[in-house]
Amino acid sequence: MISQVSVFLENKPGRLEKVLEILNDNEISLRSISVAETSDYGIFRLILDRPKDAVEKLKEAGFAVKETDVLGLEIDDTKGSMLNAIKELASNQISIEYTYACLPINNDKVIIIVRVDNMEKAKEVLKDSKNCRLLDCDDICFIDK
Amino acid sequence: MYWNERIERISREELTEIQNNRFSKMLRRIYHNVPFYRNKFQELDIYPEDIRGIEDISKLPFTTKQDLRDNYPYGLFATDLSQIVRLHASSGTTGKPIVVGYTREDLNNWAEVCARSIVAAGGSSNSVIQIAYGYGLFTGGLGLHYGAERLGASTIPISSGNTDRQIMLMKDFHTTFLACTPSYALFLADALKDQGISPEELDLKSGIFGAEPWSENMRKEIEKKLNISAHNIYGLSEICGPGVASECSCKNGMHIWEDHFYPEIVDPVSLEPLPYGSLGELVFTSITKEGIPLLRYRTRDLTALHNELCECGRTHVRMERVMGRSDDMIIIRGVNVFPSQIEDVLLQIGELEPHYQLVVTREGTLDCLEVQVEVTDNLFSDKIKNLESLANMIRQRLSSVLQISSKVTLVEPRSIPRSEGKAKRVIDKRNY
Repeated sequence: MISQVSVFLENKPGRLEKVLEILNDNEISLRSISVAETSDYGIFRLILDRPKDAVEKLKEAGFAVKETDVLGLEIDDTKGSMLNAIKELASNQISIEYTYACLPINNDKVIIIVRVDNMEKAKEVLKDSKNCRLLDCDDICFIDK
Repeated sequence: MYWNERIERISREELTEIQNNRFSKMLRRIYHNVPFYRNKFQELDIYPEDIRGIEDISKLPFTTKQDLRDNYPYGLFATDLSQIVRLHASSGTTGKPIVVGYTREDLNNWAEVCARSIVAAGGSSNSVIQIAYGYGLFTGGLGLHYGAERLGASTIPISSGNTDRQIMLMKDFHTTFLACTPSYALFLADALKDQGISPEELDLKSGIFGAEPWSENMRKEIEKKLNISAHNIYGLSEICGPGVASECSCKNGMHIWEDHFYPEIVDPVSLEPLPYGSLGELVFTSITKEGIPLLRYRTRDLTALHNELCECGRTHVRMERVMGRSDDMIIIRGVNVFPSQIEDVLLQIGELEPHYQLVVTREGTLDCLEVQVEVTDNLFSDKIKNLESLANMIRQRLSSVLQISSKVTLVEPRSIPRSEGKAKRVIDKRNY
């Protein structure tokens, strides 16, 4: 499993910028981002190379922050590969709460981030999957190294 | 026109005599029947016989809302419960309401002052009176109801809400006199316009509006949009309910029915009595009350009293519009709201140091309450649905405590401005 940092942001100019500024000042790299929004606020979800440091720095700056476990699935960058990975979760009655993708790491692999209702079961189901490789924190930290 | 001309135009000398007489009886009642007052008198080494007349009232202690809470529910009643024929309650700060009890004579007096108020505002026994104040524990509806019936008017106990029905009955029943909150009067006016009904098609002539602060501009708007004469009425359940004071056709302040309610204006800080004309906190002694007579009750309402003779011929002093509150209570849609009520709800959901702010606005003609709550690490969830159900839960709990709906907005930690470590709790953006 990999660690995702979630930040509560009000819908007003400059808030997302402030988060990115703090990460930049502390030389924390982004792997992937997603924003879930409502009319008044949003949740900024980030996959970072140093999540623990990010949580500390963002809390210092006064943000409401949470670290959440999510699945990082490395799949082939080919037609139908995401479908096959998701099928395995669905057929085991695992519900997806949200998902988003990382930029392609290289020419033939893609990482998708998935949060499900039953993380332990999902890990068990995907442990030996032929359709995807379950990543851990180290994989994320080493993506660009 | 008067309902009770003899009393309403009584000479000041005769009025003082009546007040002295009733006040001394009231003092004996509370001294002998209410341990709370007896203890207070004994602490000050005062006996009812030491008080020569109403002019000595400033020697006596005040009563506060906290005293009512501390003695919940019946501790300040001066009669046996068997003599109480009605109970009303208003919202309190901490779930427990303020309870008031009325004997048959209290209800009789209440109907009397409401009848005077309705007549002063242009009503008569020929009026068809639509009472669109809430009926129930709130004193607004039933108070005016019995006043209207006492008067012999045709009384429509429609209560608040259901605007379409209000308009239908107003047309079909030929309502001539409307009683409701001023914001609801404007809301009705706009609804009439939306339905293409001009005020000339209605029989409305005048109305009595109160239970929340309003302005001369609002009066002009109500009068123009409904084509009526709009009158201000004042009251509070602790003292009686609506009808403590009301405006005559001169619309130059509300006559306080002084043969029942003895008013004073005091400095809200020093509590020293202030002369006529000065702005201060309004204090009432309910000199005829049997159920729960209160001595020098601090209303927290800021206003001034005027004793110049009114052109209408009534000799009872007039109070100005309430200009504010000496505490932080705000009145929204006629309902008293205390910031501490919001704090209680947030404490209940597990917040240790809740930070919140109330923003009161007027959208169209209705008061709107927005409650901004800072999302702490404790409250924050990574899932939108959890945050939404959090806001929903806060909203539902607030609505059951406050009895009015509100919008709950989640905001970032530390985004609510703090002054000297304490957040500014209320932002009232309403323009009266």
